[in-house]
Amino acid sequence: MDIDQDTLLLMLRRMWMIRNFELKVMEVHEAGEFTGAAHPYIGEEAVAVGACAALEDTDYIAGNHRSHGHPIAKGGRVDKAMAELYGRVDGYCKGKGGSMHLADYSIGILGESGILGSSVPVAVGAALAAHIRGENFVSLAFFGDGASNQGALHESMNLASVWNLPMIFLCENNQYAVTTSYAETVAVEHVSDRASAYNMPGLLVDGQDAIAMYEATSEAVNRARAGEGPTLIEGLTYRYEEHSLGLGRVRRGEYRTQEEIDSWRKRDPLDILEKALISQGIATREECDAINAETVEEVEKATDFARNSPFPEPEALFEDMWANPIPQP
Amino acid sequence: MAQTVFIEAINQAIAEEMRRDENVYIMGEDIRRAVYGATADLLGEFGDKRVLDTPLSENGFFGAAIGSSLVGMRPIVETLTSFMWVGMDQLISQAAKMRYMFGGQATLPVVFRATMFYGGGSAAHHSDRSYPMFMNMPGIKIVVPSNPADMKGLLKAAVRDDDPVIIFEDGTLFGMRGEVPDDADLPQGELVVPFGEAKIVREGTDCTIVGIAGAVNHAVVAANTLAAEGVSVEVIDPRTLVPFDKQTVLDSVEKTGRLVIADPAHKVCSAASEIASIVAEEGFWSLQAPIQKVASEQVHIPYTPALEKLVYPTADKIAAAVRRTLES
Ligand SMILES: Cc1ncc(C[n+]2csc(CCOP(=O)(O)OP(=O)(O)O)c2C)c(N)n1
Ligand SMILES: [Mg+2]
Repeated sequence: MDIDQDTLLLMLRRMWMIRNFELKVMEVHEAGEFTGAAHPYIGEEAVAVGACAALEDTDYIAGNHRSHGHPIAKGGRVDKAMAELYGRVDGYCKGKGGSMHLADYSIGILGESGILGSSVPVAVGAALAAHIRGENFVSLAFFGDGASNQGALHESMNLASVWNLPMIFLCENNQYAVTTSYAETVAVEHVSDRASAYNMPGLLVDGQDAIAMYEATSEAVNRARAGEGPTLIEGLTYRYEEHSLGLGRVRRGEYRTQEEIDSWRKRDPLDILEKALISQGIATREECDAINAETVEEVEKATDFARNSPFPEPEALFEDMWANPIPQP
Repeated sequence: MAQTVFIEAINQAIAEEMRRDENVYIMGEDIRRAVYGATADLLGEFGDKRVLDTPLSENGFFGAAIGSSLVGMRPIVETLTSFMWVGMDQLISQAAKMRYMFGGQATLPVVFRATMFYGGGSAAHHSDRSYPMFMNMPGIKIVVPSNPADMKGLLKAAVRDDDPVIIFEDGTLFGMRGEVPDDADLPQGELVVPFGEAKIVREGTDCTIVGIAGAVNHAVVAANTLAAEGVSVEVIDPRTLVPFDKQTVLDSVEKTGRLVIADPAHKVCSAASEIASIVAEEGFWSLQAPIQKVASEQVHIPYTPALEKLVYPTADKIAAAVRRTLES
């Protein structure tokens, strides 16, 4: 597949943005600048970035608790994302959602969900709207290997298939749900095998390879726009860090080996994309490093923006409950 | 003014709203062939894209309705209260919470029509009157019509409202006839009943009865019985529980000094409990007697008619409660 150079460079930029955003989040969380759960996406950047590069701003996504990568991959703003983590008024959700609930309705990010599997039917609803109105947009739901066991996903795949909806189900198989290996909890060898039960294609993709993710998602998007219905994609990937920030401090049993972590780290998604760009003459080493450095800079600015943004005033507690407001009881 | 059956009023409201706005569509189980009656003839007029028969996947299609509402559709979902448990995650985690959680970005004009089939030997799995559970969760507007005209006008208002709404349709009223005004006879040209405006069904001076859904009619029967005994009862139908028009109730209690609340839901943490607490907090000095709740017993709904009839509020129980308030 021919991918234009601008798309590839944008993908690299967004992947570095996610990596550097997450590194910063880990640093400031450790320093106690904000509290609350946050689930780093480090190691999995190619999945969301490759997938979202195949979408337009008018297409929709919905995601889960591992929630920083999806909006950044879809073109969301890191300053508003960081301010949300800090609980400030300039955050995406004015501080009401926090890390697990980023959303940007101006570019089709319908929101991340802390309840796993729960955002998948919602994403199907956006695809249903396209179907009813005869419009051309598509919808994509991110979910983990763990959430692939949720009934909500299975009901959604069946619905999308019987209604022939422009829908993409994207499983980020990072091998574990917290400490539980997917091999122990998923009855089939690959999550993508489940597609056959719902009469849709199931694509098993190297999730460390952004270009492969882009190509697979483009294929699914093309099918969806052509009225050929939904696709299930499984990106095989790996979470480098602990399940969530702070969890490393909790005493718990081991569930993965250092060898396993090291072997995945050898196939780092940024390294893989940079090598591809350099070997194809699309970017030089220096240009790649410059992109990295620029995103470090942007994340620094976003962090300052977050720190300088005020906390919401007490009146905000009662705001945003209703579109057509009613008296507070 | 036409005499209209309750279920026919539902059908009129849906059809009129679908005609008015092409983003309105309806989904549910077996609605094309209208097994529950309310969706008769919609398929023929509006076609299969706007009249969707769903698989048995309440969690899935509730969520799809919610998601479509986020991007401009105005879905009406037909279901039964008892099937809502299966789709509860979508109702609570998504419909109720999304707007607030996303700082006001999400707008969810989605309506769930949840029928309460109770009192007819449907037993524990098909007889739920679950609105109090949803009152406890911020983020969902809750409607409890008690007659055909309000059913029609409130459903039309629900479709036009930009927030998630659950209409608890009382199945004991489905065959009820009532006057539904013709649009031409209305000053505003159509029947739309605004949320948060209680209706004084009958005026009185000795005791106030607030009735919920089907219990409004039992309250009226009780009021008639009591009138023969020389007791003047005011009957109030709140029509919506979220928002709740507390002022009408407080004003009435100020006049009568007594309050009975008739609520088909289970009595613990019922709508009646909440209304009692509002009046205890804000209308205490008007009260001349303890507030009486007449709600369903805290047991599951038994199948046998011999036992089921003991569970719910009846006109007799309500009248007895009014008499208790007059003893003191
Ligand atoms: C419905 C639900 N059950 C349990 C949890 C607690 N929980 C949070 S993350 C997680 C593991 C998720 O695993 P997976 O879906 O593979 O996503 P990953 O964290 O690996 O990205 C669990 C069990 C939850 N948030 N929601
Ligand atoms: Mg996982």
